[in-house]
Amino acid sequence: MTATHDGRRRIIAAVDALAAEAGLWPGMPVAQGMALVPGLTVKEARWAEDVAALRRLAGWCQRYAPLTAAAPAGGIWIDVTGAAHLHGGEARLLRDLLSRLLAQGFAARAAVADTPGAAHAMARFGAEEMSIVPPGGQEAALAGLPLAALRLPAETLDGLRLMGIERIGALAALPRGPLVRRFGALTVQRLEQAFGHAPEPIEPEFPPESIQARLTFVEPLLTAEAFSEVIERLTWQVCATLDRSGRGARQLDLVFERVDGTVQAIRIGTARPSRDIPHLSRLLRERLERVDPGLGVEAMRLLVPRADALAPEQMSTTETRAPDIAPLIDRLANRLGYERVYRTVPVDSAVPERSSRAVPALSGPVGGDWRAEGPRPMRLLDPPQPVEAMALLPDHPPLAFTWRRIRHRVRRADGPERIAGEWWKRNGEMRSVRDYFRVEDDKGARYWLFRRGDGENRRSGDMRWFLHGFF
Amino acid sequence: MASRTETLARLRGQIARIERNGAPVTHGTVPFGIAAVDGVLPGGGLARGALHECAGVGPDTEHGAAAAQFIGGVLARMEGPVLWVQQRADLFAPGLACIGLHPARILFADAGKEVLAAMEEGLAHPGLAAVVGEYTGKLTLVASRRLQLAAEQSGALAALLRRSHTFDDPALMAPSAAVTRWRIAALPSPPPVPHAPSVPGLGLAVWRLELTRSRGGSPGSWIVEACDATGRLNLVTPLGHGSAEAAERAA
Repeated sequence: MTATHDGRRRIIAAVDALAAEAGLWPGMPVAQGMALVPGLTVKEARWAEDVAALRRLAGWCQRYAPLTAAAPAGGIWIDVTGAAHLHGGEARLLRDLLSRLLAQGFAARAAVADTPGAAHAMARFGAEEMSIVPPGGQEAALAGLPLAALRLPAETLDGLRLMGIERIGALAALPRGPLVRRFGALTVQRLEQAFGHAPEPIEPEFPPESIQARLTFVEPLLTAEAFSEVIERLTWQVCATLDRSGRGARQLDLVFERVDGTVQAIRIGTARPSRDIPHLSRLLRERLERVDPGLGVEAMRLLVPRADALAPEQMSTTETRAPDIAPLIDRLANRLGYERVYRTVPVDSAVPERSSRAVPALSGPVGGDWRAEGPRPMRLLDPPQPVEAMALLPDHPPLAFTWRRIRHRVRRADGPERIAGEWWKRNGEMRSVRDYFRVEDDKGARYWLFRRGDGENRRSGDMRWFLHGFF
Repeated sequence: MASRTETLARLRGQIARIERNGAPVTHGTVPFGIAAVDGVLPGGGLARGALHECAGVGPDTEHGAAAAQFIGGVLARMEGPVLWVQQRADLFAPGLACIGLHPARILFADAGKEVLAAMEEGLAHPGLAAVVGEYTGKLTLVASRRLQLAAEQSGALAALLRRSHTFDDPALMAPSAAVTRWRIAALPSPPPVPHAPSVPGLGLAVWRLELTRSRGGSPGSWIVEACDATGRLNLVTPLGHGSAEAAERAA
């Protein structure tokens, strides 16, 4: 734990998990804590260093979204608007964030919500380590949380507690007028901010060392055409800087500073370092529809959070190279998310569902030997679907099978093709075996069925039948 | 000499254009290698720079396996990179390899609701040989026309694999701007060894290949063997494949 001074006495500033378990909490007098836990390690709190570390961490969080900032009380804001889909959705983003933070030794909680206030409350007082408040659901989500979640001063909290108000829901039910007179405007403001009725801009921090360009305007800009023109100029400036340092952008953040003081941003990524001005500005222009200019934009800033080495263009005059599809990958990936644009490579595995793997679309040459052991279906059901089948053991194909209440009479079949479990990869597959059959029903449709087990030995599988694919 | 042949080629292009009433220059075709099929298709094959639609029949309306194999076979006989857009990934790469379409040529995209937009993106980019989209849902005339125009401009072959949770969904038959439209129906296949019907096993699948619409050509219906290891279809000859013929008559 660390200690600090609140003016009257020494109090606990922060506790780690172990100390929290021992019953210590921030705000408790140090003397009381030392009485409670003999041999307590007390360190002096160093606020300046804490704040600096938090800001560094906020900068690191820009891997997820362009707008991040250190927030009061040991938090970090990340504005994931329009950026979550690039990480496979909000839930996957949070999981990834928490696991990466944990790997760095930070215990963290996270929440996604429409408003910073609601996210703040859910991250600190929500039941789960990570929570996602559905759009518009902040009032319902916050109702049951204690008032402390609202970032109110201690005196206000004490006063409200005296009135018997403990939960945010109870506070929200009170008329606003008397509340302002009694407790000040801040109380209502925090409530409205959390619910999304009052704006709360995040003041983002930009790493000073990254390549960037900024343009301010005399007249606020509003139209897409004007933005496009600025994008062109900013991209040109940034690419010139990149060119001098022999690098290409892997990620670009375009930040819009609105006249009302709020900030919006769009982010694009590239599969390969690039300083191709038309390509990059086009990627940015295509995201413009996600920007709400409000009453106008008074400045725009283009940053390069990630850049990799890129050799000067080789001008080839003799050979005509195969057309480069990297720009297409970028445009699809910025629309759909990077993990949803991919190639497949063969994996040396006999188990069908593990025999191919998606790799990033620009992962170099993706040759590989696709020679299959036998005929393989066009579609694979994942997971395999259980079917009712009638078959003679041990190695006859089924006579008929029923899937989704439709009975298919098997007219022809081929098999079995035995696929053994990969016991060297998974313990549970020590003796497991699948016997695959290609079958054709009386209409001519072809299915890929397998029986779990070799048909003789119960330890090889439970003899149940599954449909695994269509030819 | 070279300039003279160039001039000739340009003139021929102009004449062809006039003959087609100002339609844009064709980008060539991908023949099936089956005279009966290629014969009814303008240009003698599946036109590049055009939109083609394809759907399965019966249960295959939903999973579109035979339809995917049909398209995969066409791609296997072409060269160059391919964009294959799905709503949700269920294509099995080793299955594509089995019909001669090397998965390394394919860029996959799981586009959810944005299949058509992703296809258009692909068609706007030079350098792709073909763009395939798998689409469940209503296709408006405007949407299909956009794809057709994009294909015309790019010269890539665009294929739209229509899927539906309703078997033989009549909505898949609504008018569209596709240049050709195919239905692939599985038929009972003959014994793998024609002269010994009791030998168990499976030969190549047999399809009824229906060309239900063909702009500038005539529709048709053929019985073919499904794609072999090079993506080629083969016409089932009445000789030696009696049972397929019988099945066709029965159907």
